[in-house]
Amino acid sequence: MDTRFTRGKSPILERSLTRPKTEVSLSAFALLFSEIVQYCQNRVYSVSELQNKLSELGQQVGVRILDVLVMREKNGKRETKVINMLLFIKVNVWKALFGKEADKLEQANDDDKTYYIIEKEPLINAYISVPKENSTLNCASFTAGIVEAILSYSGFPAKVTAHWHKGTTLMIKFDESVITRDKALDGR
Amino acid sequence: MSRQANRGTESKKMYWYLPFISPSASLHLMNSELFTLTYGALVTQLCKDYENDEDVNKQLDKMGYNIGVRLIEDFLARSNVGRCHDFRETADVIAKVAFKMYLGITPSVTNWSPAGDEFSLILENNPLVDFVELPDNHSGLIYSNLLCGVLRGALEMVQMAIDVKFIQDILKGDNVTEIRLKFIKRIEENLPAGEE
Repeated sequence: MDTRFTRGKSPILERSLTRPKTEVSLSAFALLFSEIVQYCQNRVYSVSELQNKLSELGQQVGVRILDVLVMREKNGKRETKVINMLLFIKVNVWKALFGKEADKLEQANDDDKTYYIIEKEPLINAYISVPKENSTLNCASFTAGIVEAILSYSGFPAKVTAHWHKGTTLMIKFDESVITRDKALDGR
Repeated sequence: MSRQANRGTESKKMYWYLPFISPSASLHLMNSELFTLTYGALVTQLCKDYENDEDVNKQLDKMGYNIGVRLIEDFLARSNVGRCHDFRETADVIAKVAFKMYLGITPSVTNWSPAGDEFSLILENNPLVDFVELPDNHSGLIYSNLLCGVLRGALEMVQMAIDVKFIQDILKGDNVTEIRLKFIKRIEENLPAGEE
């Protein structure tokens, strides 16, 4: 058993989980992201397809950052309550990815399954201007994908979409089962 | 696939800005993890979209080239670096200024050819490969090939045609990552790029 983990050619398992000090330039990220969006754009026919594609790519990121953050910032303990999970995203995930907390976290007035993460000036969109004829397009779909993967892989299946509202709003719609479970937990 | 439909999306290009230049450089830095993972998501997607590693390498190089062509303007505006007089100076600027500025690392410059037209960049910590382990069935994949395209594209914009390739890679079990740059020729100014 031991050898299985030490024999590997990759030092990845030996790496410390503490937050790395390395930083890259925002230009590097903006340029990379621009190429990614253009690549996706050339392979789809509609805005919604493009958003789905960006969301899929975001999910790849979300899946990977989740474990690292849970180990690093939560001592390996996962959240079980909806509200704590959302706070984990608003605070920990946002700080790790974007260097700051998300601006706002709100619950929809009329629907207990729906929550919003509101970001006035999301990093992802800061340097993009979307043409008028495509004005529904929101590249924050990428961020929506990150959030969706983090929620789903933590046991809170949800659909997350990006919208232009008070800046950029990520709309989180939880599965019915998540809310039912949360209420049951409350009752105890 | 209908060509018409392709055209349709083609015409709706987005416009991209780069972060504005301000006196405080720290405003333009971000944690490398989002960058690293975003790049990883791209490579993963390319591996799904293309049948073999060779094509993925080519696509990464192409995207890198597009980035390099735009990055050079950003670089010249921010860095106050003047014209390089020879390839040695170019090597220094790439390693000590450009890599530092964009990826936060300073590769060492070594293995000069006697003629002074070839050198290697040794990368100790390549931020693109944090968290990365290559599966066995992707032995042909040059994971960070984007960097080659970036270097090629950026230098082409300053009238230098170069050949760039990885000759060692930590991901493939080598001790270091080594990028080899070879000067091919100076591009004449009277032939602006894109004018073919």
